[in-house]
Amino acid sequence: MTATVNWQDRINPVVRDIPPSGIRRFFDLATEMKGVVSLGVGEPDFVTPWHIREACVYSLEKGYTMYTSNNGLLELREAIARDLAETYRVVYNPGNEILITVGVSEGLDLALRTLLSPGDEVLIPEPSYVSYAPCITLAGGRPVYLKTSVDNGFQVTAEMVEKAVTPATKVLLLCYPNNPTGATISRKNLLEIAEVAIARDLVVISDEIYEKLTYIGEHTCVPSLPGMRDRTILLNGFSKSHAMTGWRVGYAAGNPDFIAAMRKIHQYTMLCAPITAQMAALEALKNGKSQMKKMVEQYSRRRRLVLHAFREMGLPCFEPGGAFYAFPEIRQTGLSSEEFAEQLLKEVKVAVVPGSAFGQQGEGHIRCSYAASIDDLNEAFKRMKLFLKRRMGRGIVLKGSFVKTGPVPEGKLQSL
Amino acid sequence: MKEILELLQTDARLTPGQIAVLLDRDEEEVACKIKEMEENKIILGYFTLINWDKVGEEMVSAIIEVKLSPQREVGFDSVAERIYRFPEVGSVRLMSGAYDLAVMINGRTMKEVAHFVSHKLATIENVISTCTHFVLKTYKYHGTILEDNESDRRLVVTP
Ligand SMILES: Cc1ncc(COP(=O)(O)O)c(C=O)c1O
Repeated sequence: MTATVNWQDRINPVVRDIPPSGIRRFFDLATEMKGVVSLGVGEPDFVTPWHIREACVYSLEKGYTMYTSNNGLLELREAIARDLAETYRVVYNPGNEILITVGVSEGLDLALRTLLSPGDEVLIPEPSYVSYAPCITLAGGRPVYLKTSVDNGFQVTAEMVEKAVTPATKVLLLCYPNNPTGATISRKNLLEIAEVAIARDLVVISDEIYEKLTYIGEHTCVPSLPGMRDRTILLNGFSKSHAMTGWRVGYAAGNPDFIAAMRKIHQYTMLCAPITAQMAALEALKNGKSQMKKMVEQYSRRRRLVLHAFREMGLPCFEPGGAFYAFPEIRQTGLSSEEFAEQLLKEVKVAVVPGSAFGQQGEGHIRCSYAASIDDLNEAFKRMKLFLKRRMGRGIVLKGSFVKTGPVPEGKLQSL
Repeated sequence: MKEILELLQTDARLTPGQIAVLLDRDEEEVACKIKEMEENKIILGYFTLINWDKVGEEMVSAIIEVKLSPQREVGFDSVAERIYRFPEVGSVRLMSGAYDLAVMINGRTMKEVAHFVSHKLATIENVISTCTHFVLKTYKYHGTILEDNESDRRLVVTP
């Protein structure tokens, strides 16, 4: 009588066949251990600035606990439109060109589901943020990888896009400053890419969630480029810039047709983003600039510390211009990025994310987040040095370091 | 310069070498700047923030509002000096508003503080009146929350 039921069979094969996240395994491993110093965290180490938390508490006291319009609070959309106009001179109508979403995560899903028909191809840079490929697959599309590497500063180029375009290509997904590499992209590159996008009639989804965390040069907002405003769906949010990951609030901006279509999905699947988070985001935009700048300043200092530490350790590291990630190369240890990360965790209890979690092109690298206190960073580097010493011995010759700074003065920073 | 000061203000133990890395400067240059600022009395000292309550040391502090009659030529300065020269006085500030000087004083016992106020402070010429407020508990001091239970609650690995 007892027929064994295979529930797996009932699962939509598209969902079933999505491979488990490469990060998940490390999460499980690291969570079980005590005394781990983690450079594996993709979110700010700061708690949301107090004025924002306080504004949220006040909104609750005042009884703001209801749904908002599907679009989100008008005042928040207006504040976003103002910010974009002031910072990048790109103008959106808060009435019908901005949609408040449950983080960039929802915005990304909405944009993809809005644009993709079965079989449509989406060009994404690789290494890339872990959600892109699965979200494309779930939306019925097919991810096509633009392989970036340290040799071109992990930047997508017009040439790469041109080469990858097929009649099925519909969308180009960009993410600069980048997770996991910390790379930024030059305005020149973006202008050339824009030309290709226009010539090939591609829609661009631009995930600019790390935009405020730019340390070298100035960020270029994709829709601000000539001919790109209506062709681009801009995704951004408050998670990284204002240390608000847990609030789940972000936004999408684009032409009224795209935004209306995205709102259609949003209104039936999400209804609206939490009002409490929207109130907090409004406070962040209205009064959060100085606190945000302070956080950015701290990341910027740590970035230098991290680059210095890798240089001392002898790990070649591309100089990241944004976000809060460094993506050093670990090939010369002879280990795969997974082996490296696993052994590092087990031997010296430092958690990093193997580059392979971000696609094949990430192999040979590890992602180190410097959203960690200086004390934690120093402790992690001390342990990593020990780990590497055991592994590489002495006199190893390192090639291809992308760090621009000169040789390390003898004895400098022994104590760090 | 400002950046060096900001760093030292949060951690006085940072060496010129460490500061040089954080600010992408030359170590020599940072060391010189610090020395210069010490000489110009921009940097007056390096101290350690201590939660004495935890040491179990018996300590009381009080903030005393002092009203003065100003003196010709020197205003409040000379009275202020007569007060701040006492080693038990932690800080002296000239205030706007209902009183003139805010004097912070530390003693071992309440009696000791009371004795200081009545015998030393109140008797100074030009002091019109004093009003003493004893500190019951310190929550935040020099920008630092004394018992901060807001720890890192993030998951160890996230995308
Ligand atoms: C590139 C990138 N996009 C999107 C997200 C998700 O952002 P949100 O918290 O706004 O959903 C992250 C978070 O790590 C990210 O790194």
